[in-house]
Amino acid sequence: MSKPVAIDVKGLDVGYGDYVLLHDADYQVNKGDIFIIMGGSGCGKSSMLRVLTGLIPPLKGSVVINGVDIATASVAEVQKIREKSGILYQSGALFSSMTLAENIMLPMQQYTDYSPATMRELAHLKLALVGLTGFDDFYPSEISGGMKKRAGLARALALDPDIVYFDEPSAGLDPISSRNLDDLIIEINRSLGTTIVVVTHELASIFAIGTNSIFLDASTKTIMAKGAPNELLKNPPNEAVYKFLTRGEKKK
Amino acid sequence: MRKKTESNIKLERAEDNALRLSVSGDVLNYDNPEFFAELERQLAKKTKQLVLCADDLGEWDSSLLVILYESIRKAKTAGAECDLSALPQNLRDLMRLAFADDRKPTHGSSVGLPFLENLGKATLDCLQKTSNVMNFLGQICASVGRWIGFRSIMRRVDFMAVLEDCGPRAVGIVSLISFLVGLILAFVGAIQLETFGAQIYVASLVTIGMCRIMGAIMVGIIMAGRTGSSYAATIGTMQVNEELDALQTMGFSKIDFLVLPRLLALLIAMPILTMLADIMGMIGGAFVGVFMMDLPYQEYWKYAINAFNLKNFLVGVFHGFCFGIIIAVCGCYSGLNCGRNADSVGIATTQSVVRAIVWMIVATGIITVICMELGL
Repeated sequence: MSKPVAIDVKGLDVGYGDYVLLHDADYQVNKGDIFIIMGGSGCGKSSMLRVLTGLIPPLKGSVVINGVDIATASVAEVQKIREKSGILYQSGALFSSMTLAENIMLPMQQYTDYSPATMRELAHLKLALVGLTGFDDFYPSEISGGMKKRAGLARALALDPDIVYFDEPSAGLDPISSRNLDDLIIEINRSLGTTIVVVTHELASIFAIGTNSIFLDASTKTIMAKGAPNELLKNPPNEAVYKFLTRGEKKK
Repeated sequence: MRKKTESNIKLERAEDNALRLSVSGDVLNYDNPEFFAELERQLAKKTKQLVLCADDLGEWDSSLLVILYESIRKAKTAGAECDLSALPQNLRDLMRLAFADDRKPTHGSSVGLPFLENLGKATLDCLQKTSNVMNFLGQICASVGRWIGFRSIMRRVDFMAVLEDCGPRAVGIVSLISFLVGLILAFVGAIQLETFGAQIYVASLVTIGMCRIMGAIMVGIIMAGRTGSSYAATIGTMQVNEELDALQTMGFSKIDFLVLPRLLALLIAMPILTMLADIMGMIGGAFVGVFMMDLPYQEYWKYAINAFNLKNFLVGVFHGFCFGIIIAVCGCYSGLNCGRNADSVGIATTQSVVRAIVWMIVATGIITVICMELGL
């Protein structure tokens, strides 16, 4: 039996003004998947993520998230989708003037009626889930890059989202921290059943966590391949995908 | 040590319309614009092939690569084939790398566009910016409306922090500058008034000057440089760190969260700082009058108080109020429209100060005309 669909993208053009980065993208993200958006630098991965998260509008086509097309949805509907989504940005994007606990409590203050004490406990729990127990009252400037990403993830999980987006989670991390973050992503996906969309070009992460993926190509401005990363490596549809997945080796 | 040999770069005609470019010796810092002119002349003579050779090549640097690269490019433009087989492997590899066209610009650069096209682009850009500013002002009005209706998400703690920064922490610099401006006004006035034996009117000059406009302008300039730029830099850095994206995707209004507390804080702080500047300016004037011009202390203050006019004072405070709005709007707008790299934060900061000062001068002109029409 096929899984229900969390994100359904049809005929999507991504770009800025007259400049189109990606044409006619069609794909689906199933609920509970760890979905990878991969491709070389400049192929439009991060812009695709910006469209999915509503930061930029699609030039054409539809993006249906949990049954609502974000291109035509009302402000209230978009707000509802945002409540049920979390995002981990490349830099963590923690608010530097707030402690980690305050960062996590911020979306709770906006969207829930919890008492301050409960919010604080929830923030403590979320930090514990990402391995940052005891860091509640630390400021972002007082922790390392890897810890910032974990704290960013804790904030992304603040409202128990259905979908969590990751923008280049491994960027700037050493291999061990990167691996630990991959493990954390898998753990959250398994234990909470959260659908996860990851934009990355880190091969180690792609093969370690991805259950499904799309490969974006800058020269054709299209989705060149779809499928599980390991499957794409076994049966690459073309040279470009094979080269990408093998760090530039030529297909024999 | 090997002795250096002179570079020798030759163009020779070979059979079958082929042109041979041979390079030998040490090619270091080679610079001969005539060479390319000659190459173009030769290529124009029905050349079908350009053969590149590098026998007895000694040391070389990028100037050799330029010769090879430009020669190949010109040959291709002239429709001639290039034979690189007589070049050493490393030079062949470098040329392959230089001509690999794996990525080309997908849209044209705006540099070198015709004048009219540039003018058109600038006009559209200007219209777009005007529309953005109007939109921003509209959003601020809506945000103030939400705040009045207790529906704003502005955090009290943020408001208190910015109020402290633009209020109590600005008292020192505002006091010092205003005192010095009062002092300068008194000095400048005294030189002229002394010729008529009317030094005592320095008190009136300083009081009217500071209360009517100078106090507000000095506070405006200080706060534009101190606080407006800090708003632009803070919000601009948030843009670079993706914090603004995070706010937006969490469904927070950037205006409620970032602009409103800064605007309200300046609306409260600016009139108070203007009053402080007025007082400090008068004290600065008194310092010159009493200690340097030997005017009697009581006499000085008698004239100063006589010259004090509530209308002038309120007009000055109103200026301060308007300047507060201008500084907050310019600072926040520049920050929110900042790019995503370190350079853009610097640009946003500069823009915020320049915009604020320009608009404060414009506002002063408008308020002066209105006051004149109203007889104030």
